Amino acid sequence: MYNAIVFLPLIGALIAGFFGRAIGAKASEYVTCGLLTISAILSWVAFFQVSQGDAPGIVHVMTWFNSGNLQVDWAFKIDTLTVVMLVVVNTVSALVHWYSIGYMSHDPHRSRFFAYLSLFTFSMLMLVTASNLLQMFFGWEGVGLASYLLIGFWYTRPAANAAAIKAFVVNRVGDFGFAIGIFAVFLIFGSIDLETIFANAEELSGQTFTFLSWEVDILTTICLLLFMGAMGKSAQFMLHTWLPDAMEGPTPVSALIHAATMVTAGVFMVARLSPIFEQAPDAMAFVTVVGATTAFFAASVGLVQNDIKRVIAYSTCSQLGYMFVALGVGAFGAGMFHLFTHAFFKALLFLGSGSVIHAMSDEQDMRRMGGLRKLIPVTYLMMVIGTLALTGFPFTAGYFSKDAIIESAFAAHSGVGTYAFYMTIIAALFTAFYSWRLIFMTFHGRSRADAEVLDHVHESPFSMLVPLFILAGGALAAGILFHDQFIGHGIELFWRDSLADFGGAHIIEAMHHVPAWVPWSPTVMMVIGVFFAWLFYIRNPSIPAGLAKQHQPLYQFLLNKWYFDELYEFLFVRPAKRLGHFLWKRGDGWLIDGFGPDGISARVLDVTRNMVRLQTGFLYHYAFAMMIGVAALITWYMFWGSAR
Amino acid sequence: MSGMPILSIVTWLPVLGALFVLSIRGDSEFAAQNARRVALWTTTITFGMSLLLWTEFDTGTAGFQFEEQYSWLGDSITYHMGVDGISMLFIILTTFLMPACILASWTTIQDRVKEYMIAFLILETLMIGVFSALDLVLFYLFFEGGLIPMFLIIGIWGGARRVYASFKFFLYTLIGSVLMLLAIMAIYWQTGTMDIVTLLDKADIPADMQFWLWLAFFASFAVKMPMWPFHTWLPDAHVEAPTAGSVILAGILLKMGGYGFLRFSLPMFPLASELFAPMVFWISVIAIIYASLVALMQEDVKKLIAYSSVAHMGFVTMGIFTVTMQGVQGGIFQMLSHGIVSAALFLCVGVVYDRMHTREIAAYGGLVHRMPVYAFTFMIFTMANVGLPGTSGFVGEFLTLVGAFQVNGWVALFATFGVILSAGYALWLYRKMIFGALEKESLKTITDMNWREISYFVPLIVLTILFGVYPGPVLDVTAMSVENLIENYHAAIDAAHAVVAH
Repeated sequence: MYNAIVFLPLIGALIAGFFGRAIGAKASEYVTCGLLTISAILSWVAFFQVSQGDAPGIVHVMTWFNSGNLQVDWAFKIDTLTVVMLVVVNTVSALVHWYSIGYMSHDPHRSRFFAYLSLFTFSMLMLVTASNLLQMFFGWEGVGLASYLLIGFWYTRPAANAAAIKAFVVNRVGDFGFAIGIFAVFLIFGSIDLETIFANAEELSGQTFTFLSWEVDILTTICLLLFMGAMGKSAQFMLHTWLPDAMEGPTPVSALIHAATMVTAGVFMVARLSPIFEQAPDAMAFVTVVGATTAFFAASVGLVQNDIKRVIAYSTCSQLGYMFVALGVGAFGAGMFHLFTHAFFKALLFLGSGSVIHAMSDEQDMRRMGGLRKLIPVTYLMMVIGTLALTGFPFTAGYFSKDAIIESAFAAHSGVGTYAFYMTIIAALFTAFYSWRLIFMTFHGRSRADAEVLDHVHESPFSMLVPLFILAGGALAAGILFHDQFIGHGIELFWRDSLADFGGAHIIEAMHHVPAWVPWSPTVMMVIGVFFAWLFYIRNPSIPAGLAKQHQPLYQFLLNKWYFDELYEFLFVRPAKRLGHFLWKRGDGWLIDGFGPDGISARVLDVTRNMVRLQTGFLYHYAFAMMIGVAALITWYMFWGSAR
Repeated sequence: MSGMPILSIVTWLPVLGALFVLSIRGDSEFAAQNARRVALWTTTITFGMSLLLWTEFDTGTAGFQFEEQYSWLGDSITYHMGVDGISMLFIILTTFLMPACILASWTTIQDRVKEYMIAFLILETLMIGVFSALDLVLFYLFFEGGLIPMFLIIGIWGGARRVYASFKFFLYTLIGSVLMLLAIMAIYWQTGTMDIVTLLDKADIPADMQFWLWLAFFASFAVKMPMWPFHTWLPDAHVEAPTAGSVILAGILLKMGGYGFLRFSLPMFPLASELFAPMVFWISVIAIIYASLVALMQEDVKKLIAYSSVAHMGFVTMGIFTVTMQGVQGGIFQMLSHGIVSAALFLCVGVVYDRMHTREIAAYGGLVHRMPVYAFTFMIFTMANVGLPGTSGFVGEFLTLVGAFQVNGWVALFATFGVILSAGYALWLYRKMIFGALEKESLKTITDMNWREISYFVPLIVLTILFGVYPGPVLDVTAMSVENLIENYHAAIDAAHAVVAH
């Protein structure tokens, strides 16, 4: 069954990719959608089996390679953590596949699109089922490739191409750390198998080794290196710059890859490796700080963005920060729970905004929207549900998962925990503000679109709305249905040993003993955020412009995303290009060639020019020189060799 | 089977084909077509025969197989051939790439077709000879002899600046080979034998002599690899060579340097190798980063791929001199993989060059609109070049880095940094050539790949993916010989240290 879950999407991708033109776009769509639906259903079956305690452990597929004592297999590690990811990935993927049939119906390259989508899903499944670090790396880079292809799907747009390359290269920066981490793991553990690593992690706790030139703690170093990969993939502070640009891809892609699944791979990785992270408290503290900083930073940028997709992209970035906070303070179950619920409501928001964009003839700027509530009421309702869940409205999915994270940060009672608590609390206010700002700017007030666009506004077809309904169901009910298992009383029975400390049972227990104001604070923050959004965008729409004018530097700072792109361009991109040019012209051209072959040949040329016709001469010269060499050798050998 | 001298047959079959081509009379189009057909048949049959080497190969032993030895010149210089796990796959690689080269030249080469085919067939014999010779003189003849047809190919069928390119090649390789020749003489003077197997068994060359011999061999191999800073001939040679010439240059000739390190430097001069290993590491790291940065700025497709070759060969030298199982096996794997991938990339360039007659990156753009099959093919090899897991490019890179990390963390760190840069230049190239709007007038009628072109890309694609997900067959072949090499190396070094300690 697990083979089917993982490989059906690959089969779909191959069929649509290679035979897409032969069988036509319609057939490609149905093949990939059908196979993914089967895969998704099987994932749910697996989910219920495994959460009942019926986990098969390792499913071996075949050997990848052996070199000396390095042995790597293709194999699936099936436990609760894996099946949670299987459910998330395959459910969202299947829904996005179905949604895309409607969304992409005008595109001439649909076969290719569906092939990419299925290829992505396959890579993601390889990632989450990996039983060793290298297979995880395979999936890791595989989703990177699919992301690259899908961001650049509309390859005639220069912006899309640039964004695709940026995504790949920035991720490679993270993968740099991941790769070094794998080397270090192999050096220390003599294996890159997860089982072996986990079995030996505890006894290595606190030991040191020489890394580069320094004597450092083994597990902390390894965890930090691996976490660098997670930061790239999950767009955390400093390595986040690719994610907003990735919105150049088609919207279903944003929903699947850049909201629900791929970007959560970093969270999954830390959760998967929680048995070693648990032994490295310094690395855990770092994870917390990075997560908290990202949660705050991305939310602050989200406040002022005008592109509907970018707002949601920054929101994703910020929510990923929340998940890392949970992992960092040891509440692994809470982090995974937020990953699980977030997949539903964030995919819903993206697909909903896709529906808006579709209706508005590809307009993405919220300043040219407004008043769409009456024109596309179903989409409006869906977006509101997604927003409620995201902002943590009581009893929606986000209420359970996000508030649990904030509480667990407080319950950690550590310096970084407190920092994370305040950062996430402020971010919760920001979240409520930008989310409702999006709703108000898009759906309320008077329309700012031109008449021609408005004439064409239409509700999306049924095939696009059904996936929205399902996701909305998840966004409303996932919290109530699953919180007991993920972060409640059933936590130990549910996670078992797939996460360290049975999913963070200790910290979850501590959460129940926090002061009464703590659980209330996120909800209060949400209400304040909603109020200000209402005040600014419904009650008195002149306030935002006035504020922006009054605080021009701050506004520009936020609008330009804290100037990260400009900083990186200045620090890395331009120097690399300049250095490359310098090495080419000065290093190769002037130094090596000038004093090497060119210098010598110039002299030789002077001499030979007068003696022979160059064109043919030098070739035979060479042959001649070699023959003389051989003749000399043989002569020498004849005289000296035989004399011995 | 055992009675048949497979190795000699594989080696000399192409010369037989060359004789056939030579016997074709006249310069008509008909004669040219016959020459092409004979060359294609010869290379295909040679490939088929060479597969016997693989199927009959015994992976359970580290020693030489398919050995043949006949007396030749005097007592000590013999015609001694044989392969082990290190060399065998390079022969397969050679015979495998050859038919693709012939096919790639099918319509491009229109004048002196006969001579062209003869040059390639003789080149094939010489290249196979390099990997199967077990006598120093024989090796030297093959090693240096291979340059002559290559020169002719660049010099006669090359581009506008072929004279300059060949001259550069000439200067570099001449110095290297003269030094190697001297070293070979010195080895004979010291040990009294030219037989490689004997030398490998008991190469007790004094340490101070190893020092000089190592340097002499290094000069030759470093130029061939090419290692920084002896690499500047490569971009020029590639740019001027015809497509098939580039394929052979990148696919096979560059591998002779790495093969030389494994066959001579490490086992025969272990003490000197240990001494020089740090230097090789840093040269390799410089090569990786330097060449990647330079590749970032190239305007000529072939130059860009040439610089990326220099970077990839940096991984090979780094891996080999770690003398760890992963490093050396990774180095060999990287060479084989690069043989396939870079050859394919040059073939890709050839496809559009044949149509547009320019190598300037800026002259292209939006090719995907008219050439979807080409875009797909190019994408596969771009990703393999970037070292994406699942392609053969990844396995070699990863293993060499694992090996390097065990020996020196800094080296591995900097080398891994090159992996980021490779993504930069490769994707940038792809974007400039393939993606974007199709705006240039000249490109609007360009046609996608035809069946002849597809026919030689299919096996390359299959192998790139196959060896990416299942590299077992390759690694199994090399395992025993590499293990043996490493054991002997460490034994020799331990013995030397023991002597010093006493």
